[in-house]
Amino acid sequence: MSDVARASNRPLLDLYRTMRRIRSFEERVGEMFVRQGTAGSMLHLSIGEEGVAGVCAAMEDGDSFTTHHRGHGVFLARGGEPGRMLAEIGGKEAGYCAGKGGSMHIADMGVGHLGANAIVGGGIPHAVGAALSYKTKGIDAVSVAFFGDGAMQQGLLYESMNMAALWSLPVLFVCINNQYGMGTRIDRAAANTDFAARAEAFGLAGRHVDGSDVEMVLETAAAAMTTARSGTPGLLTMTCYRFFGHARMDKSPYRDAAEEAEGRGHDPVAAARARLLDRSEAREADLDALDAEAAQEMDAALDWALAQTQPPGAAMFDHVYAPDEPPPQPLRDRLSDVLREYR
Amino acid sequence: MTAAAQTATYREALREALADAMRADGDVIVMGEEVGLYGGAYGVTKDLIGEFGAARVLDTPISEAGIVGVAVGAAMTGLRPVAEIMYVDFAGLVMDQLGNQAAKIRYMFGGQTGVPMVLRTQGGTGRSAAAQHSQSLESWFAHVPGLRVVMPATVNDAYHLLRQALTKPDPVVFIEHKALYVSKGTLDKDKPDAPWGAPVLRRAGGDAVIVAYSRMVHEALAAAETLAERGVEAAVWDLRCLNPMDLDPILESVRACGRAAVVTESCLTGGFAAELSAQISEHCFDRLEEPVIRIAGEDVPIPVAPDLEAASIPTPGLIADAMAWLVSREAPAWA
Repeated sequence: MSDVARASNRPLLDLYRTMRRIRSFEERVGEMFVRQGTAGSMLHLSIGEEGVAGVCAAMEDGDSFTTHHRGHGVFLARGGEPGRMLAEIGGKEAGYCAGKGGSMHIADMGVGHLGANAIVGGGIPHAVGAALSYKTKGIDAVSVAFFGDGAMQQGLLYESMNMAALWSLPVLFVCINNQYGMGTRIDRAAANTDFAARAEAFGLAGRHVDGSDVEMVLETAAAAMTTARSGTPGLLTMTCYRFFGHARMDKSPYRDAAEEAEGRGHDPVAAARARLLDRSEAREADLDALDAEAAQEMDAALDWALAQTQPPGAAMFDHVYAPDEPPPQPLRDRLSDVLREYR
Repeated sequence: MTAAAQTATYREALREALADAMRADGDVIVMGEEVGLYGGAYGVTKDLIGEFGAARVLDTPISEAGIVGVAVGAAMTGLRPVAEIMYVDFAGLVMDQLGNQAAKIRYMFGGQTGVPMVLRTQGGTGRSAAAQHSQSLESWFAHVPGLRVVMPATVNDAYHLLRQALTKPDPVVFIEHKALYVSKGTLDKDKPDAPWGAPVLRRAGGDAVIVAYSRMVHEALAAAETLAERGVEAAVWDLRCLNPMDLDPILESVRACGRAAVVTESCLTGGFAAELSAQISEHCFDRLEEPVIRIAGEDVPIPVAPDLEAASIPTPGLIADAMAWLVSREAPAWA
């Protein structure tokens, strides 16, 4: 269990706060698009997947991670600052990546976020590579690859799992199984949807957890992280339900209202709230206040992000290569070079 | 040439470069299929595992995309990996990790981190290795902003360009030529042929300019020999680096004589020869006496039959014929 989780005498309340912040954040992401217009059109919300906060709480400072196109929640739970996140999502210079990456490429080396990825499964081997660095250099850290169930059908995952097991690397593969790869439900993508069972085939420690029970997620992830830290990499699958469509324009025509109602019944935030009240670990008014605080934080973050400006034109050519390296030649300069010679 | 100069093969120069880089920088690791116990499919990494151990000379499973992806993550977190992809023809398996990940991470992440890795691979014909083990795919990589691409032709460049690549902050695709591994030349560890990115004039000549890289430099030089016997003096420029690329010395050379050809083993259509030809044409337009011609590989998969394989790429005879035609308007027998 992480320092944060261990230090707290009310871990469920902390997890509830994190999950509430994630949900409030994601709601503002949707609002941002409406208020700002075009920038950052590729928005994939993690509402319904907030139980992943339990995995994040099991990580230590110094651990690193990669995420996928639906990774806002993980980043926020690992220390992402909502204003700078929203600024990045909106293509603003004040964002984490100077407005060059956006939602699907957000990263923060400061908290060990090695990058979100817009290619399904694309970031998974980077976590393995980070773990290779840790092992080679004798650094005590684990790298966690977060991805969705869609990536369970990508070959690169299995190359990565095999190498991690073969070399006994400190890696945890975390599949956030929200039941859908875009509009394709997992039973239309795989004959055997028992994804955790695939771990054993590769020599990984396999674990499965219900993502609507964040305490169980924390407990299971803490065990998986301990195992990974000792050099036995693992695969943790967390089932949940993607409450909304794949992305902004998706109205989910491929699933019916009854299924959605059932799926949204597995709400990790509501479940944690009910449990807190049931166990008298918090009062209704306290939780309402906490919810309001999260909403205010995210409102302020959104207002701040919307007030930020896009990067200046010259930033186009920054960071294609390292600062002291020959940069690309801007088109106008090149055209001037060519045409000036004849005039 | 300095006192350190010695005769070596291209393969030995590459191995020396890896070993010297690993001695100089403990973060350099070599990883790939058969790089350790086997010593490399073409022997480039022979015996490295003995000196540096299995943790730094890492034999991998046959997982090309994974090899490059793991190298990307390792490069982002403090190692400087040399990932070997045994044949450039396997590029199709790695292009996402190379073109979407390694190449773009610095940019997408707003400069927070780079990916200082070298992807070593080899290409080209010459061993009757057929369509999936003989290609020249440099244009695939050169088309991706963020990737540096170098292709050494000489023993000294094999050493120095690889050493330099292993000091660069950005991903470098380092493409060797399988037919050059046994070629011999002078290796002077104290003296690179030219700075990173600069072309080298391998032969002077005032009648026409030939631009080439990798193995085609040698074919162009052989062609220039026969051209000299026919009274035509061709300059031969070795491009060495496709990115970064300093074309200025070559443009100056073309402006002086008004005739230029680009020679590549890579097939013609959409190839790097087209890029070079276009740039030379744009910049030398009013000094050109003739169109810039491309002498490139045939637009066919590489056939296994040795005679067909040899005929599918530019030969010294073909280059000489084309250059003579370009300079003296003397049509070759096949025209």
